[in-house]
Amino acid sequence: MISVPVSLVVVVPMCASLLIAVLGLTKYRCHWHISIVATFVSFIASLALLYNTLQIGRISYWLGGWEPPWGIEYVIDYYSGFVLVAITLVSLLTTVYAATYVKREVGESRDLSFAILNMLMVTGLHGIIVTGDLFNLYIFLEITSIAAYSLIGAGKKKGALVASFNYLILGTIGAIFVLIGVAYLYMITGTLNMADLRAILPVHYDSKVVFAAFAFITVGLAIKFALFPLHTWLLSAHSLAPAVVCSVLAASILKVTAYALIRVMFTVFEAGFTLEVIPATEILLVMSIIAIIVGGILTAAQTNLKRMLACSSLGQMGYIVLGVAIADQMAMTGSILHLLNHSLMKGGLFLIAGAIIHKVRIYDIADMKGVGRKMPLTMAAFTIIGLSMVGVPLTVGFVSKWHIAVGALKAGMWYIIPVIVASSLLTAFYFGRVIRNAYFASEGSDQGSSSKAHDHAHNQHGDRNSESRSEAPPGMVIPILIFAGLCIILGTAAFIPVSIAEKAAIMLLEGT
Amino acid sequence: MELIIAKHYYWIVIILVLIGLYAMMTSTNLVKKVIGLNIFQTAVFLLLIVISTKEGGTLPILIPYEYLHLFPDPVPYVNPLPHVMILTAIVVGVSITAVALALVIRINIAYGTIDEDEIARIEQDS
Amino acid sequence: MEAVHSIVPIYAIAVPLVASILIGLSGKKPNLREFWSITAAVLQFSLVASMLPSILEGNTIEFFLLTLFPGIDISFRVDAFGFFFAFMSSFLWIITSFYSIGYMRTLNEHSQTRYYICFAISLFATVGVAFSANMFTTFLFYEVITLCTYPLVAHKETTTAMKGALKYVVYLLGASLAFMLPAIFLTYLTAGTLNFDTQGILAGEGTDVLLIIIFVLFIAGIAKAAMMPFHSWLPAAMVAPTPVSALLHAVAVVKTGVFVVAKVILHIFGVDLLFQLGIGTVFIYVASFTLIAASIMALRQDNLKARLAYSTVSQLSYVILGIALLTQSGITGGVLHIVLHGFGKITLFFAAGAIYVATRKTEISQLNGIGRQMPFTMAAFTLGALSMIGIPPLGGFLSKWYIVFGSLEAGQLPIIIVIVASTILNSCYFLPIVYAAFFKESAKSPVISDALTDKDSSHVTYRTSLKEAPVFMVVPLALTGIGTLVLFFVPSVFLDLAKMTALTAIGGS
Repeated sequence: MISVPVSLVVVVPMCASLLIAVLGLTKYRCHWHISIVATFVSFIASLALLYNTLQIGRISYWLGGWEPPWGIEYVIDYYSGFVLVAITLVSLLTTVYAATYVKREVGESRDLSFAILNMLMVTGLHGIIVTGDLFNLYIFLEITSIAAYSLIGAGKKKGALVASFNYLILGTIGAIFVLIGVAYLYMITGTLNMADLRAILPVHYDSKVVFAAFAFITVGLAIKFALFPLHTWLLSAHSLAPAVVCSVLAASILKVTAYALIRVMFTVFEAGFTLEVIPATEILLVMSIIAIIVGGILTAAQTNLKRMLACSSLGQMGYIVLGVAIADQMAMTGSILHLLNHSLMKGGLFLIAGAIIHKVRIYDIADMKGVGRKMPLTMAAFTIIGLSMVGVPLTVGFVSKWHIAVGALKAGMWYIIPVIVASSLLTAFYFGRVIRNAYFASEGSDQGSSSKAHDHAHNQHGDRNSESRSEAPPGMVIPILIFAGLCIILGTAAFIPVSIAEKAAIMLLEGT
Repeated sequence: MELIIAKHYYWIVIILVLIGLYAMMTSTNLVKKVIGLNIFQTAVFLLLIVISTKEGGTLPILIPYEYLHLFPDPVPYVNPLPHVMILTAIVVGVSITAVALALVIRINIAYGTIDEDEIARIEQDS
Repeated sequence: MEAVHSIVPIYAIAVPLVASILIGLSGKKPNLREFWSITAAVLQFSLVASMLPSILEGNTIEFFLLTLFPGIDISFRVDAFGFFFAFMSSFLWIITSFYSIGYMRTLNEHSQTRYYICFAISLFATVGVAFSANMFTTFLFYEVITLCTYPLVAHKETTTAMKGALKYVVYLLGASLAFMLPAIFLTYLTAGTLNFDTQGILAGEGTDVLLIIIFVLFIAGIAKAAMMPFHSWLPAAMVAPTPVSALLHAVAVVKTGVFVVAKVILHIFGVDLLFQLGIGTVFIYVASFTLIAASIMALRQDNLKARLAYSTVSQLSYVILGIALLTQSGITGGVLHIVLHGFGKITLFFAAGAIYVATRKTEISQLNGIGRQMPFTMAAFTLGALSMIGIPPLGGFLSKWYIVFGSLEAGQLPIIIVIVASTILNSCYFLPIVYAAFFKESAKSPVISDALTDKDSSHVTYRTSLKEAPVFMVVPLALTGIGTLVLFFVPSVFLDLAKMTALTAIGGS
């Protein structure tokens, strides 16, 4: 048992951002070192916190020593501990990547401000997970979003500015919906502390105000994590931003908003209310199925690599909601696992897209021929993660799909299976296309013969995969490889995340 | 009718929310959208302020013991917490407005216009 | 029968995987690279063979690797059937390795390192399937085979090769994701386990309708078994280089398909349950249909490899037919046919490849008189063809004999007619080739010389005297050809194993 204050994961990045800003005034530049150290400290702290939680159960931290429900409370339980580790890990890896990437792709002049905003975003992300206070949740949500709006616009593409603006408008509407919901709950109960709300609310479960609050918060968060009909902003924002920002957007921001939704549905309200009193799960079930199918079809139609990756998030977020909507313990476990697993997969994929753009300036899938030979490590990572997205066994993607599918069957919802199958096939199609393009240099028959002649010449000294390798710098390749490696490690030693996620699911569904 | 008058403060909030949403949805001018966003936000702030008031409520200030005899009856006071929350929310709102306006300025530099339709046309042409 | 715990199966499975890494590292030194391939093949075969005594005593060898999460394990169990399959595959891999070296070097193919890596991995996965102790492990290795043979099928990277490979991967991966995976979900949910059991695990669980759905999903999902209507990937995969075709048809892919079908029939459902459900009979007729229809299609092919491919589709149905009869002799015959067809078909493909390497001929109509140029090759081809038809004293006769016997036991007389009809059809599409090769005059048609001039003509000089393929290719194909003969006279090991498989499956009844 290592004693770690919960506030560490929030305070350290926040202080780091201030420190970077202050040091930025001097000539001495070490902003990325500070960022990496701060995210690394957060990651280690989150591991320690998760460990402690598994030992002793729920950890509560009173901010400033004020006793809840008056003061703000930070909470680590199985659920938040699990997600916190995932998000701090993504923060760490993307920050490492950004240290190399931003200077080269975004520009020297924006390097410093990028680092500051990145740290603020990380602060917000970690805050959303640990907070046990609804209003505080709103604040962290907005801190994250404001930093994200600015970072999206930081890229060189001017389309990113418009995308960022649209995201800002819709994101703010979503946030304010959340605020309205919080206001309603406060009207009824006079408290903002989640645990306190949980205790007081059951008396008011038949009140229309509570219904309205639930609806506002759900819709507000659903806008933020782009559940199907509310997804319009996502495509351009997630594809035009600098790759490292895309990675954080898809891997962290979508995840923490989905996290917050599950938090509200099952911690602020009781599972009994969410599942029985109101038809929320039925609506979410239908919406998530549509999201999975339509998201898959939309993705298959994309020609731009980053846009394809952005689009595939729609279906993947659908999976997370699907598991929640099935509301079986096993499916719920699958959802919580998918929060982690999709973070690893999509975070890695966007970083790979960034590396490819950085190295060979390829944006379209059709142009990717021969990338597999030029960047063997990067494309190997892409292949592994692609297989994981399809749900091939021994990767993380399989673990979450298995849990959601078996959970659905247990709950008697056999019609979920064709949906999962169809989406797996679509995923196999659109990732297969990229991998095929990347590995097989030539397609046309005339090209084939010419490249063959070329090969004959090369065969004298061995095979041609040795020719002109040019990987991205190690600062970018290493995070990519860690993401891909984790996809396999956590897919093989899956009992580690599964056992924690199972505890979290039981806690959420049964309230113990 | 009675409902409308009795709860007039809520109606004001609702009207403001609708005005804000309307402005955001219909106008193609990006600055007008930001204004709409602000109206929308402010309306929700008002809602939170409204729910904290009490009739005849005073400032929520702790009265030192030696002056307590000046107030023979216990006084109802306004709940301070929503006010604190709104103070924070206003800060958030201002920050968002700042970011939004900064984006509008950069859009104007990049495209030479702040009209949504024009931008879409330029994007299509390129 | 007792269970022995041993790590040997893991070694046997891991050898090609390690070899694939070594092959990748020594890509610039072709001799070293080929050395690793051969060493791995020999080592794997010896490791597999070392388990033979224990298996023949009736033991099973078990090894538990790891638990992914509760309910999902990766573990291995070598029983007679799995051993039988691994024994055959690893033996044929040795021969195929030699043959590949001859083929690839003579044609001076590109991307040879990739080729050998994928080849080794596919053997890793094939033996993995053979030794799996549960459906999940089987599924895992099954998918690995699909993915690592894709680059092999697409090896030529021409438009047709890419198209054929695409069809290949779409059929195999698509069917397994769309049907087999849901079937595994349902099995897990119904039986609560995925571990194979000699008496089946689904008996007494779930409703009949559910079980039939699971069965149909499994059979549809295992597209590698090339049952109609999921067979058309196999002719499409003919674009692959010939050693790869041999791998697909004899060593790894389709054999894995029928092996997994047999596993599902015997160890997931169990003989008793299938009797009780009555789907065995329906299944027999589906297999019979495939058997006849594919033979007729084979008749119409002029491309030698395409004809062989359709012949495989038809021959695989023998295996499935035999097992689906659910009788002692039927299962013995079906299982035995896996190896006999393996030896026969690999000979035929090796011969086809040798003809291509030596003369660049691919169509049957061009083969007149080829027997005089390449007597060894065509002699082996003849042995293989006769074995396919099922003429004694060649191996193919044995399995057909048992299957006929099995259908008598099961009281399915129409099946005998099917077998007779297919034997006639087999003769119709194989014997003309043999006849043309040995007895027709080689017409010096302009078509052939055209085909020769625009190819690399340096090492193909046109003459009718003896002109065999390189020795690296002729020796393997002669060996397998003789193998079909030997298996008829000394089938003891394989026959014993097949009988043990049948006995354990029928055991209870």
